[in-house]
Amino acid sequence: MARKPLQFQLNGRHQAVFTDDGQNLLDLLRRGVGDLTPKYGCGQGTCGTCTVLIDGEPHLSCLTLAETVDGRQITTTAGLAEGAELHPLQTAFMDNFAAQCGYCTPGMLLAAKALLDRNPSPTREEVVEAISGNICRCTGYEPIINAILDAAGRRNQRRYG
Amino acid sequence: MALHRGRGFAAINYPIGMNLGGDPSQALVHSNPGGKFMVALSSIDLGQGMKSVTRQIAAETLGVPVEDVYVDTADSDTGPHCMGSFASRGTHRVGNAVIEAAREARAVMLEAAAEELEVDPGDLVTDGQGNIHVKGAPSRTITTAEACAAAQFRQGRTVSGRGIFLIPLSEVDPETGEQTPVSCFAHAAMIVEVEVDDETGEVAVLEMNSAYELGRALNPKLVEQQLVGGAWMGMSHAAWETTEPYYPDRDHGPIDFNSYLMPGPGDIAPHSIAVLERPAPDGPYGGKGPGEMCANPVLPAVANAVFNAVGVRIDELPITPEKVLRGIRANGGARPQGRP
Amino acid sequence: MIEFRKEYFADERDDNLNEIGKPTQRQDALGHVTGRSPYFDDHLFEGLLHIRCVRSPHDHARIRRIDTSAAERMPGVVRIVLGKDVPNNLNTLLSLLDFGIDDEPLISDKKVSYKGEPVAAVIAESERAARDAVAQVRVDWEVLPAVLDVEEAIKPGAPVVNDVYPGNRFVYHGKYDHQKLRFGDVEAAFRQADRIIEGRYQMSPIEQAPTETCGAIAAPETNDRYVVYTSTQALFFSLDTTSKLLRVPSNRLHLIGGTVGGGFGGKVDSLHEPMAVLGTMLTGRPCKYIFDRHEEMQVGAPRGAERWYLKDGVMNDGRIIARKFTGYFDSGAYTRLSSYAIIKAVGHLPGPYTIPNVYADVYCVFTNRTPATAMRGFGITGVDFAIECHMDKIAHELGMDPIELRILNAYRDGDMKAHRRLAKNTALIECCHVAAEKAGWPLSQAARQASSLRDGGGARAEIPHTVTDQHGRVEGYTAGSYAQKKRPSGPAGQARGPQSPASHPSRDSIAVPSSFDRAPQPMSRPAPSAPPASAAVAPPPPPTAQRPAEQHAPEQRRVTRFSSISGLRRR
Repeated sequence: MARKPLQFQLNGRHQAVFTDDGQNLLDLLRRGVGDLTPKYGCGQGTCGTCTVLIDGEPHLSCLTLAETVDGRQITTTAGLAEGAELHPLQTAFMDNFAAQCGYCTPGMLLAAKALLDRNPSPTREEVVEAISGNICRCTGYEPIINAILDAAGRRNQRRYG
Repeated sequence: MALHRGRGFAAINYPIGMNLGGDPSQALVHSNPGGKFMVALSSIDLGQGMKSVTRQIAAETLGVPVEDVYVDTADSDTGPHCMGSFASRGTHRVGNAVIEAAREARAVMLEAAAEELEVDPGDLVTDGQGNIHVKGAPSRTITTAEACAAAQFRQGRTVSGRGIFLIPLSEVDPETGEQTPVSCFAHAAMIVEVEVDDETGEVAVLEMNSAYELGRALNPKLVEQQLVGGAWMGMSHAAWETTEPYYPDRDHGPIDFNSYLMPGPGDIAPHSIAVLERPAPDGPYGGKGPGEMCANPVLPAVANAVFNAVGVRIDELPITPEKVLRGIRANGGARPQGRP
Repeated sequence: MIEFRKEYFADERDDNLNEIGKPTQRQDALGHVTGRSPYFDDHLFEGLLHIRCVRSPHDHARIRRIDTSAAERMPGVVRIVLGKDVPNNLNTLLSLLDFGIDDEPLISDKKVSYKGEPVAAVIAESERAARDAVAQVRVDWEVLPAVLDVEEAIKPGAPVVNDVYPGNRFVYHGKYDHQKLRFGDVEAAFRQADRIIEGRYQMSPIEQAPTETCGAIAAPETNDRYVVYTSTQALFFSLDTTSKLLRVPSNRLHLIGGTVGGGFGGKVDSLHEPMAVLGTMLTGRPCKYIFDRHEEMQVGAPRGAERWYLKDGVMNDGRIIARKFTGYFDSGAYTRLSSYAIIKAVGHLPGPYTIPNVYADVYCVFTNRTPATAMRGFGITGVDFAIECHMDKIAHELGMDPIELRILNAYRDGDMKAHRRLAKNTALIECCHVAAEKAGWPLSQAARQASSLRDGGGARAEIPHTVTDQHGRVEGYTAGSYAQKKRPSGPAGQARGPQSPASHPSRDSIAVPSSFDRAPQPMSRPAPSAPPASAAVAPPPPPTAQRPAEQHAPEQRRVTRFSSISGLRRR
């Protein structure tokens, strides 16, 4: 099997690895580089647990060919915190009890980060749109939406309280 | 050509723990010389908060702040036997095992403190802040850390405890079905409001109002997580999900989340929840586990709401637009039943 | 939005606790938001091998021949495992409780009874190599007629799905092809009722669909043990199942779970741990066996479908005086946990209502589909859907408010339930009140004044004269020891009367001993009432279940299920 050299930035640090023919980015990150934060949920591009940011845009790493990230900037959940200081989204997820099993959380955080980086004051509908590619089976989504709005600095209270 | 609103009601109870009992769980609690406690369990946290609720239970029973306790789970070498996390048994069984273990450890800690303070252990109380003092004489005090250090290095005591909780296995009568299913039940009542489109058959859940009785809300935020998440899963079960859309025919079974439907974040409804607490006599601090029953009332409530909205009774889950439309056609049109 | 209605049952609670009742942050919250919480797959192994199974494309077929020669030559293939390589290739999950008969192979070698059933396992250097090799395994199938409908499956002449149960029904107590519930005389009550209301309810199977699929990674540990990282919900269930199937002493297995990425009941079947450990035993290397999402959807066990027929005898004033159930649980091809679900369902009937005559026949039926397993609300969700839709039908027919109908029939403290235990600690009526209030649903004064604490017991606490029968009798089976009657005159020692609440755990009812003896002995505790002779103290005897004209003597390790270090606590 052919092996290709690959260089990219992962969470601000330079990576130089070899990728196998046809290897997907999720597998490269988890087993090649050792970043276990993006998760395998389906391998079919329908659940979002493998979400990473490539040059700031959310991508499904299970459907991304590893060799296509040569020279790009990749962000995973491991890169959200600034040193020891949590990203406001991480704090908001904790404060709003937006994680139960936690398996969808890394993907949700990155989808949310991509949203807030381009739209710092989203409406509730815009938040819903941004996370519509991330499946959560535990929380019922409400606390996640609240957490993202909270992190955006504004809480959109439901009419029902 | 119209949207019809309807409301449906359902009320349920739910058995807490493995049916018939015979499902033990064990816990071990021990402290390091600095008065920091570890709870060792083989029990599993699958997001329902096993680690978190047992941490609070241990801290309460030991009489120390929750920060002085950590819970380790899911290791068969270090965690004693537990039947597993299912059947809403976790809080009830594991919680009780933790209480027994924590009581034993607490007793040793108080023994150690009593020896240091030269009093009787029965005269001592904990303040929940990390101190042990004589009842009515708060100046005669020692920290939990000091007591544990004294126990381990001077007195030769282990500040530790073992616990098991077992409801003995019930028999089942072959002729009558007589049995002791469980020792306590949780309760719920749910009202769902839906909107049915009589042209597409689509059902939108607009609002949920519910009351859940669960013994004791050991942690109100964890309870909220379960009740909100569970009701979402109930809604999904009612009108979205199936592995066999043409059951009992196996054709067109979904193989991915594109065809296995669940409500997304844009489909959710505001859910206003009331929690009632009638402690179970044998629950840990009266707690019953809400983890399963939170989904159940939604299924019939949605079906009953659809009937109220358009007069179509759907007795086969999931409620799909196809079934709604077939029912409307068979009735010669939508037949709203009027607000109950 | 959530509110806590502390005023209800306030006199039964001490709300003055230190840590209990606080909205304390989860112990794992920080791990979740940083991605540091470890799941079973978050461990890296040098030389990890991947296991993928060859699966039946047919609902029902005999295996004539499996040809692995082409697959074995594929690049990256290390080993192909067949049924004969499994040391003890027949099990049923609840054999650990001595309930049921071993009926399911880990890897099938004679026939398959559901689409997706595994007949070989390929172990390869990569997932892709394993998939490619699986596609090269040739199986000669003799397709058999299949049955997919529960009521068709129990008709005479239906294809036999599960050879252990030729009638396609699990056998209860070694005696009956269903579990009975008999309380009173429903036929007499039907004759007295003003109306008879019937219904048929069907719940299709659904997937637990956790975002993390089922899986396990096994590896040799530093000594002669195996370590297994697993997504199971029941660590010791999986450990003991692995021990039994592979004939490995239980203390050579070290199972470690992490956080589980959602379970909902779908991670109890313990299929992955034995397969992964078998791979490691045969190759000496770490082996990972995980369902992909397609397998999770259609091969992983779903919540089983249920079909319920209800027939109620109802008076015009809304009292339900008789309720009859016929229930069919679709267990799929094998027993797994469905046998237990039926008993749980029977203990739940007729729902949270006091109905003086109740009858149920509940069947665990085998069909040629993916075996079912537990899911959130196991044994209860399906029948509650049926019951609560049926209550709505009744209300509609009587022209009665649906909530008033519930409150009228609701069980109260002290009422006798159909499984012959007194209700206590009830709260259905209060939940109805509060839900109605929140939704602005008006109730009559009489309904608003009802209470779980009043009007129960008395005549409602009696066990009526009950009609029993022997229909559904089968021959040639004996029962294991699980839940079996030990004496002819009914279960002894089971509480019948209202129990006085045990002292609240938050008040130290246990005297602190003045000199604490650390020699291992049980702590003093409140004196329990005399345990019945049948209390689960001794390990259950080895299974004695037999098939007709066949000695089924499994090589059974004696598994002690009910022993403990510190003694039993009688509740």
